[in-house]
Amino acid sequence: MATVTPDSPDTAHAPDEHASGGRHAHPSNWLYVKVAIYLALLTAFEVFTYFETVHGWGDTTIIVMLIIMMLLKFFLVVAFFMHLKFDHPIFWRLFVFGLILAMAVYMVMLTAFRIW
Amino acid sequence: MTAEAPGHTPEHHDGEHHTSTGLSNEKLAMWVFLGSECLLFGGLISTYMFNKGRIGPNDVGPEDVFDIPFTSVSSFVLLMSSLTMVFAVSSIARGDLRGNRIWLATTAALGATFVAGQVYEFTAFYSEGLGFTTNLFGSAFYALTGFHGAHVTIGIIMLMSLLVMSMRGNLGPERAETVEIIGLYWHFVDIVWIVIFTIVYLFPQ
Repeated sequence: MATVTPDSPDTAHAPDEHASGGRHAHPSNWLYVKVAIYLALLTAFEVFTYFETVHGWGDTTIIVMLIIMMLLKFFLVVAFFMHLKFDHPIFWRLFVFGLILAMAVYMVMLTAFRIW
Repeated sequence: MTAEAPGHTPEHHDGEHHTSTGLSNEKLAMWVFLGSECLLFGGLISTYMFNKGRIGPNDVGPEDVFDIPFTSVSSFVLLMSSLTMVFAVSSIARGDLRGNRIWLATTAALGATFVAGQVYEFTAFYSEGLGFTTNLFGSAFYALTGFHGAHVTIGIIMLMSLLVMSMRGNLGPERAETVEIIGLYWHFVDIVWIVIFTIVYLFPQ
């Protein structure tokens, strides 16, 4: 699905295309539209699970499915719309560091308060 | 320190930046800021998760007030604003200034639609008896979604500023990175809503 230039809609992204100076090639608009379609479909399915609860799916099943879809949507936006897939790796590391730190701190906090 | 031409970012023509890292300081700063914002929203989401069940037997709870179809449409609007924002970034990188203005205005309009939806939702919840101090669920809910709405509003102000700059001729292709950095903030606001929508609205209560 990786596309890096407007002229080559499905060209595979090479690792050395992390442009120097934090600049990067812009993927084609068609790639962005495809990502948006995936996001819309995932959102539609998420909402479907909410109404499906009346038909007897277990809460655990629904929570696991929702978390998977949420992570997929999160990854699609971060990787493609925020260009982390095409940008310098240090930006990815900075963001993931903050994300993991936040998750670790608050998982410990919620565990300490016995929320699980 | 070298003098730069007005309206130009401090970088070589080949995209290299005049910094010790070779990276754009502004972009680096935005990513560090977004990493720290994860802690802010992580705290608010954790607080909501901790307090959402802390309601009295006759109190207003999530299942009494949430309107999932309405919030789903709002979420879809915000999601699509990320698409228009990325079009704004790519159009200015191509030198398409008119396209850039159209996509910036569209993104701001979609963001404003989302905020308007949130104002309507808050008003409806309040009229149904859920105020900020009604119970811990209400406090945590309004704090979390209110902080997010404030972030969206700040994003709209930044988008409108870019639009004004563009109309005055101060936003050309040489400042594409400025649009990209504002875009990063906008997308972050979107991914925070992806998490809030799932955890607050869709998780079984």
